Amino acid sequence: MARMESRVDVTVENREAARADDGKRHPNTCPRCHSHFRDDELEQTLRVCSQCGHHFSVRARERIAQLADRGTFVEEDKGLRSADPLGFFDLRAYTDRLAEAEVATGLGDAVIAGAAAIERRPCELAVMDFAFMGGSMGSTVGEKFARACERAAGRQVPLVCVTASGGARMQEGILSLMQLPKTVCAVDELHEARCAFISVMTHPTTAGVLASFASLGDVIVSEPGALLAFTGPRVVQQTTREKLPDDFGLAESNARFGHVDAIVPRAELRPFVGRLLAMFVQAQ
Amino acid sequence: MTETPASQVEQLKLKERLAKLRDLPLLRGVGVSGEMSRLKRQLDRIGSEPTEDEVWQAVELARHQERPYTLDYVERMCEDFVEIHGDRSFSDDPAIVAGLARFGRRTIVLVGHQKGRDIRERTHRNFGMTYPEGYRKAMRAMELADRHGFPFVTLVDTPGAYPGVTAEQHGQGGWIARCQLAMVRLGVPSVTCVIGEGGSGGAVAIAVADRVLMQENAIYSVISPEGCAAILWRDAGEAKKAAAAFKPDARHCLELGVIDGIVPEPAGGAHTSHDEAAALLADALEGSLAEVGVTDPDDRRRQRRRRFRSLGIYLD
Repeated sequence: MARMESRVDVTVENREAARADDGKRHPNTCPRCHSHFRDDELEQTLRVCSQCGHHFSVRARERIAQLADRGTFVEEDKGLRSADPLGFFDLRAYTDRLAEAEVATGLGDAVIAGAAAIERRPCELAVMDFAFMGGSMGSTVGEKFARACERAAGRQVPLVCVTASGGARMQEGILSLMQLPKTVCAVDELHEARCAFISVMTHPTTAGVLASFASLGDVIVSEPGALLAFTGPRVVQQTTREKLPDDFGLAESNARFGHVDAIVPRAELRPFVGRLLAMFVQAQ
Repeated sequence: MTETPASQVEQLKLKERLAKLRDLPLLRGVGVSGEMSRLKRQLDRIGSEPTEDEVWQAVELARHQERPYTLDYVERMCEDFVEIHGDRSFSDDPAIVAGLARFGRRTIVLVGHQKGRDIRERTHRNFGMTYPEGYRKAMRAMELADRHGFPFVTLVDTPGAYPGVTAEQHGQGGWIARCQLAMVRLGVPSVTCVIGEGGSGGAVAIAVADRVLMQENAIYSVISPEGCAAILWRDAGEAKKAAAAFKPDARHCLELGVIDGIVPEPAGGAHTSHDEAAALLADALEGSLAEVGVTDPDDRRRQRRRRFRSLGIYLD
């Protein structure tokens, strides 16, 4: 159809194909400049490549350690676990995948939430972990986020949410889709209680999570180079055969089109969120 | 050789399911009486657990080429309909129609996805796949309904939001989120019916209503069967298996508490008689609007939030 084609911004060839060896790369090797780091080096740089500035992904617990004031985080809903409402079985049983993810990550599900303080400002903090089944949102993730909203409203503190998710968890079928309106409703409650919601989108924040609570932050912050897209580049290319711009769906492109408020490098994230929290405390 | 009679196997399966359902902390957050009635309805349905073939039949009927689309229903259900166009900022998305309608001697605002019948119209309507502009138009319609106190009705029939470059650049995900929020915040009664494909975020964007219905042969799902099969089975050809696994049919959706009722279709499917299908749909919408009734807008919002807040099954 002429209408859509005329609006496509086709400038640079997509370089996705050049990264065919992604699967074999060592997790501590920078995908952009191929520098290699020891674990302790990466930990010290907050998992940012000291050569080129590439932001490696951060696990939820490490993120909390980076963001929250030491010793302030008190986890809630630790015991919440996913059920298998559909008896879902693809090549393997959903229950097996869950058990395996829990062993591999040490997490109950793809989000950790609880009370915390950032730069001495009290808040409710929810952090997603991409390592747990791609950070996918099923009933448990939706429920934990909704409860975090309720606690924030109850305590009259802002909510800070760090997202990293591939979208809804297919294994829970329609119930995972229902987590979109469910989390949206939770944000509406937060609004009604006049509590601030700061959404920090990290790589990747896509599909169901982007299309629900992550996009509803009073302020939306992103890390450099994060993929923030409803549909990822591979699927867009396959279904539409459009040539994708080089920075398709990246935080920088999202900022250019007006979908995020600020791109903040990881080293500055904590003071930045701290400054925001201070703004909202004053408003109350 | 011992043979287990089929009915006994059925009974065993049923018992297993019952045990499983009782084990799960179902539908928390709902008042006890509401929980009991929902549970009972769910248990009533268990006797008729759809088979893999039945689920797939629903998938095929939901996408049937002759299945009535939003405007087919509007034409038959509404005495008058004035379509509104455009998102007032950029463009008009033909994949979503919106307008003021006379329905059962009152004015309502109606929004629905629209697919096309022939190849020209199909491309014009972009196969019912919405751009952000479409959701902005829907939000305009919501504002209109809210301002004038008109009940808000949506008909859902989309394979999903359009996965294109410009759609992304215009903020597809963000507008789906904001469209849901706008619908949650409506102070007027709202009813949604899934009339064909309820495809993922593109569908749920306009489906956050006080009552959510589904036609007998409609499907409502987080991903298309083909997409699910391609990701989990690594083979889009396994769509039938995928559909049976993630259960997008109306009966399962009712059982899981996702929808409030199933709208019957003429025997053989809605495509066999558009008139009959429209009459049945009009009855169901009328019934749901009456059921929702008139309440204080703040109460309505709270009730609606409670409805969606309670969705999901997990272990606590």
